[in-house]
Amino acid sequence: MSAQSQIDILDETSDETQELLTVIIAGQRFGIPILQIQDVLGEQSITKIPLAPPEVAGSLNLRGRIVTAIDVRKRLDIDDQGKGNSSEKTMGVVVEYGHELYNLIIDRVGDVLKLKNDTFENNPATLDAVWRDISMGIHRLDGELLVILDVPKLLDSVNA
Amino acid sequence: MDDLISEFIAETRESLEELDQDLVNLEQNPNDHDLLSKIFRLKHTIKGTCGFLGLPRLEKVAHHAENVLGRFRDGDLEVTPEYVTLIFESIDTIKGIIDVIAETGSEPAGDDSALIRKLDEVYESDGSSPAPAPAEEAEAPKPAAEMSDDEKAAQIDRELAEAFGEPVMAADAAASPPPEEAPTPTPAPAAEVKAENAPQQTGTPIAEQQSLRVNVDVLEDLMTMVSELVLTRNQLLQILRIQSESDFNTPLQRLNQVVSELQEGVMKTRMQPIGNAWAKLPRIIRDLSMELGKKIDLVMLGKDTELDRQVLELIKDPLTHMVRNSGDHGIEDPATRKAAGKPETGTITLNAFHEGGHIIITIKDDGKGLPLEKIKQKILDNGMATPEELAQMSTQQINQFIFRAGFSTAEKVTSVSGRGVGMDVVRTNIEKIGGSIELNSVEGKGSTFTIKIPLTLAIVSALVVAASGERFAIPQIGVRELVMTSEDSDNKIETIKGAPVFRLRERLLPLVSLTDLLKLKIPAMADVEQDDLAAEEKAARNKYIVVTQVGSYEFGIIVDRVYDTEEIVVKPVPSILRDLELFSGNTILGDGSVIMILDPNGIAKATGEIEASADAHATQQQEVAHSESGDKISLLLFRGGGRAPKAVPLSLVARLENIDMSKIEHSNDQAMVQYRGQLMPLLTMHPSIDLNTGAGEMPVLVFNAEDNKSMGLVVEEIIDITEEYIDVQIEGNHSGSLGSAIIDGKATDVVDVGYFLQSSNKDWFKNHGDEPFASANDAEPQTTNGSGRKAQSGKRRVLLVDDSAFFRNMLTPLLGVAGYQVTTLESPVEALKLCEKGEEFDVIVSDIEMPDMDGFEFAEKVKAQSNWQDTPMVALSSHATPQDIDRGMTVGFSKYVAKFDRDTLLSTLSQTLSEKRTAKQ
Repeated sequence: MSAQSQIDILDETSDETQELLTVIIAGQRFGIPILQIQDVLGEQSITKIPLAPPEVAGSLNLRGRIVTAIDVRKRLDIDDQGKGNSSEKTMGVVVEYGHELYNLIIDRVGDVLKLKNDTFENNPATLDAVWRDISMGIHRLDGELLVILDVPKLLDSVNA
Repeated sequence: MDDLISEFIAETRESLEELDQDLVNLEQNPNDHDLLSKIFRLKHTIKGTCGFLGLPRLEKVAHHAENVLGRFRDGDLEVTPEYVTLIFESIDTIKGIIDVIAETGSEPAGDDSALIRKLDEVYESDGSSPAPAPAEEAEAPKPAAEMSDDEKAAQIDRELAEAFGEPVMAADAAASPPPEEAPTPTPAPAAEVKAENAPQQTGTPIAEQQSLRVNVDVLEDLMTMVSELVLTRNQLLQILRIQSESDFNTPLQRLNQVVSELQEGVMKTRMQPIGNAWAKLPRIIRDLSMELGKKIDLVMLGKDTELDRQVLELIKDPLTHMVRNSGDHGIEDPATRKAAGKPETGTITLNAFHEGGHIIITIKDDGKGLPLEKIKQKILDNGMATPEELAQMSTQQINQFIFRAGFSTAEKVTSVSGRGVGMDVVRTNIEKIGGSIELNSVEGKGSTFTIKIPLTLAIVSALVVAASGERFAIPQIGVRELVMTSEDSDNKIETIKGAPVFRLRERLLPLVSLTDLLKLKIPAMADVEQDDLAAEEKAARNKYIVVTQVGSYEFGIIVDRVYDTEEIVVKPVPSILRDLELFSGNTILGDGSVIMILDPNGIAKATGEIEASADAHATQQQEVAHSESGDKISLLLFRGGGRAPKAVPLSLVARLENIDMSKIEHSNDQAMVQYRGQLMPLLTMHPSIDLNTGAGEMPVLVFNAEDNKSMGLVVEEIIDITEEYIDVQIEGNHSGSLGSAIIDGKATDVVDVGYFLQSSNKDWFKNHGDEPFASANDAEPQTTNGSGRKAQSGKRRVLLVDDSAFFRNMLTPLLGVAGYQVTTLESPVEALKLCEKGEEFDVIVSDIEMPDMDGFEFAEKVKAQSNWQDTPMVALSSHATPQDIDRGMTVGFSKYVAKFDRDTLLSTLSQTLSEKRTAKQ
């Protein structure tokens, strides 16, 4: 399943729109800027890397390239209990950062949304400190809120 | 920059490097006319091309240097070091200018008139020369009659070139070159993918172009693609292995083959002879010897040994540094050398060769070796160790300190070395590319550095292992051996307060458990009760130990399983994981899974406070201690009746066979068996072994005597092969036994093979006569067949000198069976006494390492005495290094035989004796 096939054709009148792939982790909807995404993967067999930071789930082979899998759930400090049924399959969003590929492990992928700036809000001051680090801001959607993931920051924070 | 100029720069740099080397050679062989012509031609080419490209300053310098070379060539000027230095100066000037051109694209302004004047002075000196060519008239053509053919050809070329070139230069040398002067264009930093003897001339288009320059990046990309292809191929093959019946079978096999060839081919494009990294060294050594007033010879062996370009680049500087060091610190000045009884000229030998997927480079000098006292002082000054610690250390251990940061032993800082940034950098650089460096130094005799590096960095052979269900790759380069252990056998892992160790050939090998090291068990498991853990441990009874060596530090890695070896392409770990020192990279295996590559260096570092090189010495010390008491030999352990295990030197055993008891026949009261078309007598060591059972099989040790005759010793069970230092503690009281020794921790009978060989059938070994072998256990000199008696006709008399009773006992029957009359002596001193008495021998076999007088000294004395002067001498030693052999040859040994090499000893003896006979006739 490639990211491209999921793009909903929305109107392209405004140039202040942002295309985001929405992903769901523990019931929360997140947005990842579509231009940063290389691939969307189903559940993969992942080789664990001993001694690596806890957020690093391991590495996997994506068409001959080695991709490092990041457990976003762990990074966001979300309890595994929230995941519900543990046998539920996960998915991965592959992003490129600093010439290296990373697979962000998430629960499932939602739609691609084209959002105008008028629904955008900066991070609320009360947002969890961990989340504030890796969130670029919030979009007010109908009935729910979308947290925009700052991928470089997310990966840098694993690095550090 | 203009392609033509870049090409010129690359070519010229190459030529200059060649010139450096050739000039050093020339200085040594001033009369080598071919060499001189070559040098002249190189310089001429440079000059010609400069003129063509419009580089007047370069051209002028080259021209004046060429003038001087011309006089060398014509033979009316002697090649002296001063003149060569001057030529070198001109080369350096040219190099400087070239470097500027490479950067800026144009010639820098500058004045070379001082150099030119000097060159001209030389050119004009000593009368008979033709009128000097003034600087400005560089191009003044000589009369054709004075020119060599070479020059004429070059001159014509130049004129041609100028005819084409002039208008081009007018257009600021930026336009395209004339067609016949335009080989493959290249960007500036081009890889030198050239055949060794590729034609160098640009100006003389005689040879067709056999090589072309290719950008390094293109090659790197190619290599990456091939690596990927190899991975994909591996994956396909893996699939094929699972589905053996497939239509893809044949094409995949073909693909496999093609990919392998492609890989090899691409690797080859990256290979360069190591000579390229050495090109600068002769010049460096020459300059060094001039500056320091030393006489140094640089010998370079194995120049054509090829290795990966990338590796080559990485070792270039360390090598240069080390050779400099050898010249500066190692070799003494002529006066000191003379006083030490060495030739005035010191030698630095560089040697490179392949050995099992690695390149071994040795740098050896015959200088003063490392100054132990100074190093000690320095260690103390720098607080690297306490005097107490130092007192405990072996020489080797102390020498290793030179690889530490901030360590320089040079008394004064010269322009070449002694700044204290040295060997630690060398070591780091070499270890960075997966190599290792070892040092061996004997004060007063010289030092040898041995560098071991992998052939290439891109594709390595790795061992795939598993621990706690996770797979890892260990580069094969560091793996010494694999040992399987199990809880319920002797081969078990023991622990000292939790630290696992293993007895590997009577040495304690420190172990690291991969599971513990990588914390592969989930934390919750760690809290589980100790008993549970122990139970779990027991469940996994069989563990494997990957014996790994880093530098000289040996340790074992405990793993659960060992899979296969696989060729893997090392990919760097993602930057997120850079801090993990235990991994050197990751890769994709044939089955498509990702696997981490363990870094033995990292593991060694992580396994404790022990500094790798420091630790090795416990072992070394141990070994030194042992070698003083005797030599380590391979022994075959077996049971052959009686309770004690028996041992026999493995070198004496020709074969191990299982013999069907029903095949045993009896004749002449002797059990025998038909073996390889001959009758082989069978013996037992103990009456409890019954040869008449007629059923089943029994192991037999087959010993060979001369003339292909063999003897079989029937035993109950073969236990093991072990390496031991034999120390017979209780001498044998019954025939067939040399005595008892502790082997493998048990009292063991050491078998006297000679006794059995002899007793198997007296007629078998007719030469021997009727007397049984004297079991030469006492140290008194004794001659088989009676002391002092003149030798019987046809019997060759051998004098065997060895301080070890064991070897005397082992060799005496051996030589006796081979038809020699043997006299054994414990020390050379006794031998010399015999010599004075007028005893005569046909050949002397002598050990080298002996307490009172060593073999070398013995040989010198023998060769100096009139009596035995002409008696050939064979050296027998367990330490047969090339240096030893050289030394042996110098002092008068005609042959050098390794101590346990029975066959070679016998063939050497007969050869030596026949040579002697021939010489007499």
